[in-house]
Parts: sequence; structure tokens; C-alpha cells
Amino acid sequence: MESMGLLIFVFVLAIFLGVELISKVPSQLHTPLMSGSNAISGISIVGALLAAGRGDGPVMIVLGTLAVTLAMINVVGGYLVTDRMLAMFKHKAGEKKA
Amino acid sequence: MTIESIIPYMYIAASVLFIFGLKMLSNSATARRGNGLSAIGMLLAIVATLLYGGMSFKWILVGALMGSLVGVAAARLIQMTSMPEMVGLFNGFGGLASLLVGWAEYHKIQTELGIGVIDKGPLFTMVAIGATILIGGVTFSGSMIAYAKLAGKMDGKPILFKGQQLVNGLVLLLALLLAAMICGCPLGHYVVFIGIIAASLILGVLITIPIGGADMPVVIALLNSYSGLAACAAGFVIMNNVLIVAGSLVGASGIILTSIMCKAMNRSLANVMFAGVGATVSGGKTFTGEAKTVSAEDTYLMLEAASSVVFVPGYGMAVAQAQHAVRELGDLLEANGCEVNYCVHPVAGRMPGHMNVLLAEADVPYEQLVEPQDVNPTMANVDVAVVIGANDVVNPAAREEGTALYGMPIIDVDYARVCIVLKRSLKAGFAGVDNPLFFAPNTRMLLGDAKHSIQSIVSEFKES
Repeated sequence: MESMGLLIFVFVLAIFLGVELISKVPSQLHTPLMSGSNAISGISIVGALLAAGRGDGPVMIVLGTLAVTLAMINVVGGYLVTDRMLAMFKHKAGEKKA
Repeated sequence: MTIESIIPYMYIAASVLFIFGLKMLSNSATARRGNGLSAIGMLLAIVATLLYGGMSFKWILVGALMGSLVGVAAARLIQMTSMPEMVGLFNGFGGLASLLVGWAEYHKIQTELGIGVIDKGPLFTMVAIGATILIGGVTFSGSMIAYAKLAGKMDGKPILFKGQQLVNGLVLLLALLLAAMICGCPLGHYVVFIGIIAASLILGVLITIPIGGADMPVVIALLNSYSGLAACAAGFVIMNNVLIVAGSLVGASGIILTSIMCKAMNRSLANVMFAGVGATVSGGKTFTGEAKTVSAEDTYLMLEAASSVVFVPGYGMAVAQAQHAVRELGDLLEANGCEVNYCVHPVAGRMPGHMNVLLAEADVPYEQLVEPQDVNPTMANVDVAVVIGANDVVNPAAREEGTALYGMPIIDVDYARVCIVLKRSLKAGFAGVDNPLFFAPNTRMLLGDAKHSIQSIVSEFKES
């Protein structure tokens, strides 16, 4: 019972933390912030790995493998495309100094 | 001490990296490093999970390899103009992944119940599974519709029917009822479980179809938030803190972006979700008048004589892929001794920050990007305002009561000495509201493909 309370506790604190962290974002960063945070939501890969790696029976394996694939697309694609976008922003910052 | 005992600490480290990564992502100087930090956090979380005992890696490898290939290909090949579709699609994948995690856990519980390892599913876990399926399902199907609308595979107009909200409410109620059934009596309700999946998928479609193209930034931000919450719910299912922390961070950031977008349109979230802009058009005022067109040649003459120019890009610039041409024109104007600025409305384009990404791709200097509230007070001193495929965000009808756009903060291009509007045709914008700007005495319409028009002006410049 206690562990559930703890999970909810963590959840509530994390929500508040998230709101505090991102309350002021310049609008030119909205797209990278979105695709970057989208990559973070690929954290369900943890659950997917456990299902694919420890599951017994074909149903668990299929569900797990599919989940791993989708989460991995999210993680890999999300981080890479965010980096690609931010590289363009950075390029400009370099120009400014020059 | 076994190797498994360090896993929780690795998860804590991963969570800290996500937090710092997200914090740095909200500042342009540190954003790229922030993204890198958060990627390291993800790697750490993945490695930690693989350290658990009793894992077989065969299928993990298959899935990880396929996912990575698709991910790398998508990230490399995607055009910057198509970012909204891609983010929409990825939101959906995230939601579906969480749904599948919930499903796998449900299946495990069913199997254990079946062979008598446990005699009832733990209530907390069952509630969490229900939430994961519901949020994950809505995120997935909603994102697919958003993707189809953004990619032009589906008409971007809102789809409305009578009693829509009643139907949506009933489907939601049904999904919740089915979820409650699972929680109350967990054994052998696989059909009911599939029913929850189906209901949540239908619900996702239903809540996304009434939302029009111009409201897409709000929906994408909202679905982004949902994809985080789905991961968070999956965290409750498998009792894992790192999922809960990462998921809630994403959920919170999505909610903030959503509210920023709503504010930029002066509308409430409920209004965006349920009202279906365009539905109110019939009650709106209509504006008529004669639009004056202009040739690329004359546009060049006006721009050549101007000492201050403001570009206002919109979705049309993205469609025409005109950002590089626009920048080239901007450079020529600057070389001509003209002050050039780019004014981006927060909801211009189809996702938050869409225009900024395109202008960044075209290397438009950061100092030339100005916010509407900074440029509006000095608009009367601007010689030429060039509107490139934007419509609703420059529609003066927003200042008049009784129009669908009433109250939305706009860029006051009609106050500039001359306003040139690049547009493919004289049709109304996505909101379906006539734009009196087109008929204003100081407005000239340059009709045609935006990229082609800009290029013609550029070549006029070069010939002279």
C-alpha cells in the first residue's frame, strides 16, 4: 500500500516540477521543446523492454516487441530530429558572435 | 550486492538528467546540450532496464533495431516544413507504446490468474492499466487523425455533426464503465478489455475530427501532453518511478504549451476542443470589397524604395517551401539599406514554433525575429509589410465584435503604409472568416505560389 502512496507522491511532485521548469519558454523554441519532450515520453521503452525480455508466451512477446519498436522510433527519431533542429538554431548564434 | 540493486539509482540519475535536459531545452543558448543530456538519461534508463535478471534479448534486439532504423531514417529525411506531421506521428507512437505496455501487463495478470498464481488482480494496478489504455489509445488515434490532417491525407476542415458532444461523452462513459468492470472483477474479461481499447481509439478519433487546421498547434501540444501522461500511467502499472517522473514532465510541458497556444488565440481550451472554429462562421460578419492585385515587378519597386520592411510568414510559406527565397529577398533588402524584420505570430503555421524552425533553417538571423507585441506599436512606421501565406493571424476582423476571430491578438499589418499579401487565391483562411485586410486601400495582393512570387521579386532585384 505504501509504495502506491509513494508513486502518487512522486507523480504530484513531478507535475509541479514540470510546470515550474517550462513555464517560460521563448516561442522560437516551442517546436524543439515539443519534439524533445516527445522523445522523453518514449520512456515507456522501459516497460516495453521488460515485457519483451521477460514475457513468456507469444502474446507477451508480440506486444512487447511491438512496444519496443514504437518506443524506439519515438526515442531515436525524437532526439535526432530535435538535435537537427537545434543545430540550425545554434548555427545562427555562432553567426551573431562573428 | 547484486547488480540489480544499482538499477534504482540509475533510474534516479536518468530522472535527474531528464529534468536538467528539459530545463536547458527552454533556453536557446543551452537547448542543444539539454537535448543531449536528456538523450543520455534515456540511454541510462534503457541500460538499467537491461540489467534486470532473467531477460532474453532476442526480441528486444529485433524491436530495438527496427525502431532505431525507422527513427534514424525519419529524423534524417524529414523536411523541416513537415515537422508538425512528424511530431504528430511520434506522439501517436509514444501513446501506442504505452498502451501496449499496459496490455502486456494485463495479459500477464490474466495468465497468472488463470494458472492460480494469484487469485485476484491488484486493484491499483488494474486502475492504472485502465488509465494507460484509455490515455494511450486516445493519444494514438487522435495523433493519427492529426497526422492525416497535417499531411493533407485528410481534409483539414472541422468535421461536425449534430449531438457530437453527446456522442463523445457517451463513448467516454462507456470506456470508463468497461474499465471499472475490469477493476471490479479482473478474471476472464478479455473481451471487455478489448472493448476499452476500441472505445479509447474511437474517442481519440472523435475528439480530433472537429478541430480545424488553424487550431492544430493546440491539438499537437495537447496530444504531446497526453503521450507523456500515457507513459506516466504505464509507470503506475509497472510501478516504476522513472516512467512516472519522465511522463509527468512531458505531460506538464505539453499542458503549458497548450495554454500558451490558447492564449495566443484568445480562446479557452474548451472552446478549441469543442467549438470547432468555422462552425460559427454563419453568425459572423461578411466583408466584401475589391482586392487590388499587384505584379512582382511593382512589388519590387515598392520594396526597393522602402526603408523598413516586416515579413509576416504563415503556413503558406511552409507549403510553398519559400523560407530560403524569403531570406534571400531579406538579404537583398538589407544590402539595399532597408531595415528588415520577421514577425512571427505564436500560432502561425501548424505547430507551436513552426515558423521559427523554418526561418532558422533558412539562416534568418535571430535579431531580426520580432514578437508581434513589439512590432505592432511601431507598425505605422513600417513602409511595407509582406504577408507570406498567413491569413487569420493578420485578419483585422479579430478586432471586430461578432466575428469568429474576435479577440485574437493579431499582427497589425494593415497599419503599415503598404501591405503586400502573398497568397495563392482570395479564399478565406482556415477559420473560414473573410479577411477585410485583402480589401483595405493600402493592401496589394500578389497572387500565386509564394516561392515563385518571391523568386520573381528577387530576380527583379538582381537584374537592376
